[in-house]
This record gives sequence, structure tokens and C-alpha cells, in this order.
Amino acid sequence: MSIAPEKVGRDEPHHGRNIAIIWAIATAIMVPVIIWVVGPHIPPGSLTDDTRAQHAVDVVLTALSIPLLMLVWVYLGYAVINFRADPASGTIVDGPPLRSNTRIQATWLIVSAVLVVGLAAYGTVDLLTENGAGGGQGSNPLAKPSDARSALQVQVIGQQWLWTFRYPGYGGVETAQLVLPVNREIEFHVTSLDVVHSFWAIELGVKADAVPGADNIAYVKIFRKGSFQVRCDELCGLWHGHMNTTGHIVSGSAFNSWIHATVTKYAAVTKYLPPYSLTYYPIPTRNAT
Amino acid sequence: MESAALPVNRSKGAAPSFLGQLLGFNVIWAVAFAIVGYIVAHWLGGKIGANIAAEQNPGGTDQDDIAILLGLFGSIIGWMLGLGFFNYPLKRMLGRAPSLHEGVDSSTWRYFRLCTDHKVVAMQYLVATLFFFFVAGLNAMFIRTELTSSNATLFPAGNYLTLVGLHGTMMLTMMSAGVIGPLGNWLVPIMIGSRRMAFPRIESLTMWLTVLAGFVLLSATLLGGFPTGWTGYAPLADQARAGIDSYLVSFLLIGIALVLVGINILVTVVTLRAPGMTWNRLPIFVWAMVTTSILAVLAAPVLAAALYMVMSDRSIESTFFISSSGGSPLLWDELFWFFGHPEVYILALPGFGIVLEILPVFARKPLWGYRMAVAGMFGVALMSFMVWQHHLFMSGINANLRPFYMFTTELISIPTGLIFLNGFGTLWKAKIRFTVPMLFCLAFFFNFLIGGLSGVFLSDVTSDVVTHGSFFVMAHFHYTIMGGLVFALMGGIYYWLPKMTGYTINQALGKLHFWTMFIFFNLTFFPLFAAGMLGMPRRVSSYNASLHTLNVFVSIMAFCLGLSMLIFLGNLVWSLVLKRERASDNPWHSKSLEWQIPTPVPSYNFEQIPTITGDPYGYGLPEAPVVDFGRRGAVAAGEAGA
Repeated sequence: MSIAPEKVGRDEPHHGRNIAIIWAIATAIMVPVIIWVVGPHIPPGSLTDDTRAQHAVDVVLTALSIPLLMLVWVYLGYAVINFRADPASGTIVDGPPLRSNTRIQATWLIVSAVLVVGLAAYGTVDLLTENGAGGGQGSNPLAKPSDARSALQVQVIGQQWLWTFRYPGYGGVETAQLVLPVNREIEFHVTSLDVVHSFWAIELGVKADAVPGADNIAYVKIFRKGSFQVRCDELCGLWHGHMNTTGHIVSGSAFNSWIHATVTKYAAVTKYLPPYSLTYYPIPTRNAT
Repeated sequence: MESAALPVNRSKGAAPSFLGQLLGFNVIWAVAFAIVGYIVAHWLGGKIGANIAAEQNPGGTDQDDIAILLGLFGSIIGWMLGLGFFNYPLKRMLGRAPSLHEGVDSSTWRYFRLCTDHKVVAMQYLVATLFFFFVAGLNAMFIRTELTSSNATLFPAGNYLTLVGLHGTMMLTMMSAGVIGPLGNWLVPIMIGSRRMAFPRIESLTMWLTVLAGFVLLSATLLGGFPTGWTGYAPLADQARAGIDSYLVSFLLIGIALVLVGINILVTVVTLRAPGMTWNRLPIFVWAMVTTSILAVLAAPVLAAALYMVMSDRSIESTFFISSSGGSPLLWDELFWFFGHPEVYILALPGFGIVLEILPVFARKPLWGYRMAVAGMFGVALMSFMVWQHHLFMSGINANLRPFYMFTTELISIPTGLIFLNGFGTLWKAKIRFTVPMLFCLAFFFNFLIGGLSGVFLSDVTSDVVTHGSFFVMAHFHYTIMGGLVFALMGGIYYWLPKMTGYTINQALGKLHFWTMFIFFNLTFFPLFAAGMLGMPRRVSSYNASLHTLNVFVSIMAFCLGLSMLIFLGNLVWSLVLKRERASDNPWHSKSLEWQIPTPVPSYNFEQIPTITGDPYGYGLPEAPVVDFGRRGAVAAGEAGA
């Protein structure tokens, strides 16, 4: 086997142009497919304002990633097919000794910088206008809905390995059932009694870590009646995978009658609960002596 | 330079007799002393802790944490004693002249003890990290078996979480050492024209600490397992039973080993480069090792500090992470991810280095955009310290900083994207030879792209609300770490193992391994993006029944992926044990320095320190000289066998 330099002077096809054409066709086909065919099926649906925001972002990001995906796939595929050595020749032929190209490098950098700044700006504006999009925003949220003052406050308390819910507007009654009214702003206050959990109301598009000693606020407005799953999303020990429950979304009047019945039902118990607070330290973990 | 002054130790020396080897310092004594050390220190800890623990910690952690932690530290000392790591400092203190070479002879025993030959240490590293890679992979098979049912059926809940934690921790720790250990230690000195690493004893120490870390982690199973996964979130770690002590000590050992290996590589590259090896000629793999080392040196101490805090919370009852006593669980999140995000680039950068090193050889073209690749790696390394809070988007911790971390996270895709441009430029009008290493490198780009693009979804806070902490994240980092690093590592193993061992690796079996691994890797992990978006949290043993079919499919594909790994193992056994064929000096026709010296490489690497006359990527130019060995041809294959 000998190593020979490449023979030059043959007619080279216009590889750059070919790749650009294939890429443009693939992208032109795939982007509409993603937006209009796949897009409607991307989770998490349209039950709440949060899921609508998340769905919109996911469709945009998926559509944006298609040109990049196609660029790499088309280029790789084209290179693998066209830029291969002839295994039968018995000699090792070197390619052209190209080392760099300032124009291509600068273009690549500028395009990726524009993409990144655009994505970050889009994400930031989206986060602020969508009231935090259902994510936990800590105790002092920046992105509040306009009707935050009249929102229904629901406290979510995580503990190993179950969820309980307190309604401070109704005497701080505590239940194991999560019932929410439709078409009303809801303000979740998420906290924990022991270790770190994460409150994930899947169909609502709400996710907020439950941290002991911390108050984590998330907003949601639900548009239809129905039910949703709640799961723990942060490893919290032995029965983490079983720390789930089902929540219910009912009409405003049904919610009123449910909450009043619950207040009455638990009146005898509620008075023994610690007063409603944003955080709790129920068990002293240290013996001071 | 000192490496030039270091005498060539060509007299292999009369190896001591079998009995002499057995009674000398070696891993057998290390195991024995580690056990004795554990027992002694555990007894001592029991005495110290007897008055404290029972009194102050009702219903909390196990009461003998002081004894267990001290016991584990005792076993570290015993381990080092048995391997002979205290000999050198003791000799120095007694005023005796220590030997320059330690444990370097031709006997097989050199693989079972402290050895200052960097090539021996690298082979030890390779065997050790691959061993733990397979153990951790086996855990993944158990996890996937459990997930074939939507309810917990196979394992008790605690055992399942221990499997999850062992898989994650072992993969993360062993793969952090998986490239920089074997390939870094083997290649860096040779690539820069040195006979050794800067600190050969420390090099050996990092390897033996890594091995011990693996076994200490496995000892968690004897102490009741641990429920925290690899992230070890407090206060769950405060509350957990004694198995978590093994996790803490094991991770601490890995942290120390990472710092030491990083310092060693940095000093080696700065001080031991051969004449003519300017920074502009440094192979890109060495640059990857340099940037990885910078990350290891800067990030791992933060981890060590955080682990130390949990240890003190558990043993002497401090309250770093107990919120009711003024501590903060969020402190752990911050410290852990301040280490944790650079850590994922400790796992990514070596992959970049391997791929960009191998690509020019089989494209028969120079590495395109060399300076840009170096700049990209440094960009990734520096920026990886500014993105850690994207792991905490939902934690509620100063949520108003989220746009900033969203921006920095997306910004880091620019230097990462440069690696793709390097690859593309190198492949342009190339003469590709589809060898097994090249296939793995091409697959790297395919997989890493999917990993990178899914990272964009996670970096956007709105989208992250859905995917955070779900199987989407799990699929994402398996695409970057397994699809990226492990594919690159496999490419590197197929590429360099003929040089390292002196035997060729079977290409047909290698291709079978590649295609099965590539196909089943994608079929395993791509569906998991959907599982995450549809509401499957990580680390659960029961999930919504509607996801059952998807999980069964993924499990079957995962088992096939496991079988593919057995093909790899079989290939190693076939090529290195059963049907051995001598490898030639330069089977890939590479221009890189390590291929210009004889196979097998003599223990002194170079007869004379070579003079470097060009970078290793001079393809396409007729006979571009890369290296001048001085007395050309003096280091011939014939002489090496002498």
C-alpha cells in the first residue's frame, strides 16, 4: 500500500450546491409536516393557559430544530456517499489539504449567535408574558397574572410519600383531594415537610419543587372540566414512584359546594392543625438537649 | 527538560521471584489492609460516636454513621498502605534516596500494584473503568426489567432505588475517568513526546483510588443501599440509611482522583512537551485533555466540599441542609450542580477530542479549523461554570435569574456547535475509509446532535416545565453521554488498542458491534423523549399504565443494546486472548506521533526525545515531516524487543 497525493484536474461536481438543494428540499418538506401534522400531537395538550404556552414553544422549537437536524443529516449522508475512498484501488489517497476558511467560520459563528440570542429573547418574553408558564417561581414571582389578587390560593404540601392540599381562603382546611375550579386563576404555593419533592400536575402543565422551608409559587388557569394526574418529579425516597394522586377540575359552583362540604366535614380536625403558614417545621429534627 | 534528563530504564531488571512478588506491595495486600483498616477505624469510630449519636438523633440516620464513615476512611488508608503509596514519602522522610522507577519490570505483577510506567497505569485504568462500566450497565438491564411492568413487581422499592443510584453514580464516576484515565494517561505523554507523566506516583494513585471508589460504591449494597440516585439530594441524604455513606466516600474519592489526574495532565502538558511541540502543534486530543483537566481541577473540589458537609450532617450532627435548624436543602442543589454541570462537560470534552483526533486519519485530510476547535473547547470549559442553575429552573430558587441561565445555557451551544463545523470541514471532499473507529466517530455526530437539540428544549424554561426531571431529561443526557462520549470512547478503543496492546482488534466483529450498538442505542433512547413528555418522571418503578407498551418496547431494545455490549466484550476476548494477531506499527497510516514509534511501545517510549517538526494533521501534502527522531531509525521494532 502506498500513499499517493490526490489526482487533480478532474471535473468535480458542485458538492456545496448539491447539499444546499437537498437540504432546502428536506427542510421545506419537514417543517410543515412538523408544524401541521406532528405539531398538534405534541404534549401536553391545551387544557390550561400553561399547557398552551408550553405546546406553542415546543412546536416552535421543534420546527426550528428541523433545519439544523437536516443540515447535519444531509451533510453526513452526502459526505458518506460522495467523499469515500476507493477501497479497491489499493493505495491510500489523501484529500485536499484544506485547513480552515475564515468566511465559513465567521458565517457559522454569526448565524449561531443570532439563533441563540433570538431563542433567549423569545424564551424570556414568553416566560414573562405567560406568567411563568406553570413553573415554580419561588416566593416572589416576577411574572404574575393580571388577576393574581383574586386568584384561588391552594397550598400543596409534599411529604413522604403523599400530597395534601390546604385552601387558605377557606379556613386553611386540609384535604388529600385536589379539586380546582374551571376558568379561574389558581395560585399554587408548594412546600414540603421533609425532603425535596416536586409537584407535577401533568395535564395542567404545572411543575414546582417542594422544598422544606421554602414557598414556591406557580400559576395556572384551567379551561375545561376533567381530571389530571399529580406525580412527584424529584426523587424523594422509597416510594417516590408511588407518590401520585388524581386531581379534579369542576365548575365554579360545584367547587363552592365541594369546598364548603369539606370545610364542614373536617371542621373538627382543622382546629388541631397548625395555623396556615407558607412553610412548616412539623417535627423537630434535633433534640436541643 | 527533565524528561530528557530522565535515564532510559532499558534494563528491565531481574524480576523478583513469584514469592517475592507475592510478598511485595500489591493489590492482594491492599485488599487485606483495607479490610483491616475498616475494622480498626470502625471500632474506633464506635467508641467515639457511642456518646453522641444515640442522644442527638432520634429516628434520623443510623446511629453508627461515625463508625462507618471512619471505617471507610480507614479502608482508604489500608488500601494505599498495601499498594505501597506510603513508601516514597517515608523513604524521603528517612533521608533515603527513592528510586525513580517503581514497579516497572516485565512481569504480569506490574498490573497489580503501584507502577510508574504511564502505559501500565493506562491499561489498569482501561480494565478497571470497563469493568465498572459493565457492572453499571448490568444495573441498567435490571432497571429496564423492572420497567417492563407499570407497577413495581420485580424488586423491593429500596433495592430498585439502589440499582438506579448505583447505575447513575457508577456510570458518571467511571466514565469521568473513562477517557482521561486510560487514553489520557496513555496518549498524552506519547503525543507530546515525553517518556512519562509529570507525577508518575500520583498517576498511579489516581488509578488505584478510582478502583477503590468503585468498590466502596458497591459496598453500599452491604449497608442497606441508598435512595438518592447519583444526585444525592439533601436532606434525603441526611435522612437515608448507612448505604449513603458509601456513596459519599466513593464520590469523594472520585473527586480527589479527578483533581489529581487533572493537575497531573496540566503539569505534564505544560512542562514535558518535546522540543518543537509548540502549542500550535499540540494534538487536539491533548487539548481536550487539558480543558477536561481544567474543569476537573476547578469543579471537583466544590463537590468534595459539599460531600464533606453531608458527611458532617450525618455524623457529627451539623445542619448544613436541615431547614428547621437554619440550613438549606437548596444549598446542596447549588453546590452539587455547580460541580455537576462542569462534570457533564468533563464527560463531553474527551469525546470531542477523540472524534476530532480520529476524523482526519480516516478522512485523509488535515483537521479543519484547528484553532477554532481549541477555542471551542475552552469556550465550553469556561462557560460550563455559568449554567448550573438550569438544573434548578423549577426549584423556586431566585427564579428571576432564570432568563439569565436560559441565555447562558443557549450560549454554550455556540462553542459546542463549532465541533460540528470542525467535523464538517474535515469531511469536505475527504477520502473516507469506513473503519470501525471512523463509524463510531460519524455516529457520534448523529447522536450528539439529537442530544444537543433536545438540550435546547430543556434550556427554554417554558418547555422545561414539561420535561424537567422527566424521562425526557434522561433520554437527553444519555444521547450526549452515551451517544456522545461512549461512542467516541468505543471509537478510541478500536483505534488505539492495537497500539496499546500490540494486537489487532477484529474488524468484522467490530462492525457488528458498531451497527447493533448504533441501532439499538437509538431505538432505546429516542422513544424515551416521548415517555418524558407524556408524564413519566425519572427514577420511578411504577408509572401510568398508558405508557406500558412504550416501556416494554424500550426494555426489549435496551436488552439488545446490552447484547451489543457483549459482542464488544467478546471481540476483546477474541482479539486479545483467543486469536491474537500482532499489530503493525502504523496500521491506520496515521501521521500522529504515537503511530511513528514501534509496537509494542517500549517502556521508555522514545530512545531519544524527538524533535517535533509539524502538527500531526499534514495529510494531503506529500511526506510532510511530523517528527525527527534524531538518530532516525534507531528506535526500530527489532531493538524494542530487546
